[in-house]
Amino acid sequence: MGVDNPLGDNIITTSLDKLVNWSRKSSIWPMTFGLACCAIEMMATGASHNDLDRFGIIFRASPRQADCIIIAGTVTKKMLPVIKVVYEQMPEPKWVIAMGACACSGGVFDTYSVVQGIDEALPVDVYIPGCPPRPEALLYGIMKLQDKIWNDKNSFGSSIGLGQRVEQV
Amino acid sequence: MAENNRAVVKLKENFAASIIDVAEFRGEVTVTVKKDEILQVLSCLKQVCQYNLLTDVTAVDYLGKKDERYMMVYHLYSIPNKDRIRIKAAVSEADCRIQSATQVWLTANWLEREVYDLFGITFENHPNLCRILMTPEWEGYPLRKDYPLQGPDREPYKGRLS
Repeated sequence: MGVDNPLGDNIITTSLDKLVNWSRKSSIWPMTFGLACCAIEMMATGASHNDLDRFGIIFRASPRQADCIIIAGTVTKKMLPVIKVVYEQMPEPKWVIAMGACACSGGVFDTYSVVQGIDEALPVDVYIPGCPPRPEALLYGIMKLQDKIWNDKNSFGSSIGLGQRVEQV
Repeated sequence: MAENNRAVVKLKENFAASIIDVAEFRGEVTVTVKKDEILQVLSCLKQVCQYNLLTDVTAVDYLGKKDERYMMVYHLYSIPNKDRIRIKAAVSEADCRIQSATQVWLTANWLEREVYDLFGITFENHPNLCRILMTPEWEGYPLRKDYPLQGPDREPYKGRLS
């Protein structure tokens, strides 16, 4: 009765895409890649007040266990090869969030040593403006990424070798 | 006054011909010397005047001057006497090299590598003169005044378009 058996003796029909997308969007495990002051806001977002865990988001320290990378801070040309290696080590499917003005466009660092936006090297899914963005902004950006994952087509079929994943832009 | 500074008195005794200028500003004594005798001056300051700590080595680029294009700057501190002194030496654009101070203070190793990396001044008899901040294959010396701020491979910023 009630909470003990909410569905009764019934079944639910859904598409495989919905099930897979739901599980993916509800368990985004981001690779921590704090490069500058944005990392402090990212940590604040993960801490108890904003609590990323309630979205199923658990920071991983290993790229092998992550499916999302949050580029939080200024990317220097010296750091770029390291980021590329970490990104390549992540298993598919994977997403990239560019957090803050520096990761989106280079920000105020319009100089010889700074990459003018991480989208020169990685395919960015969500851009979060701000210098640095508040935790609310990062939460909103992650929710935008969840929307994007939710609208994927053929997300399961592509992972077993049937056709391509269709991302909705 | 700077003339009564214990280090300046000692330097004038030993290197009268090499001293170009002695100045004091807000209690900071600066001695400008010829670069040929920089090593002797520095080791005299360490051995005789007890300046046993090299706080910083840096350089300044005076773009436009040919003979005094770069000015090497050494900041010294004496732990027993609790006083500081600044030594400067001009390096010309054509002969962009100076003796390494690593024989006097070991800490000059990384500080001089930084100056080499960013200004392109060569230090003679340095044990390991290679880039320290920029990537090893980097071309050019970024802190030179004629180095483009946004890098050689980019259009320079020309102000706002709107």
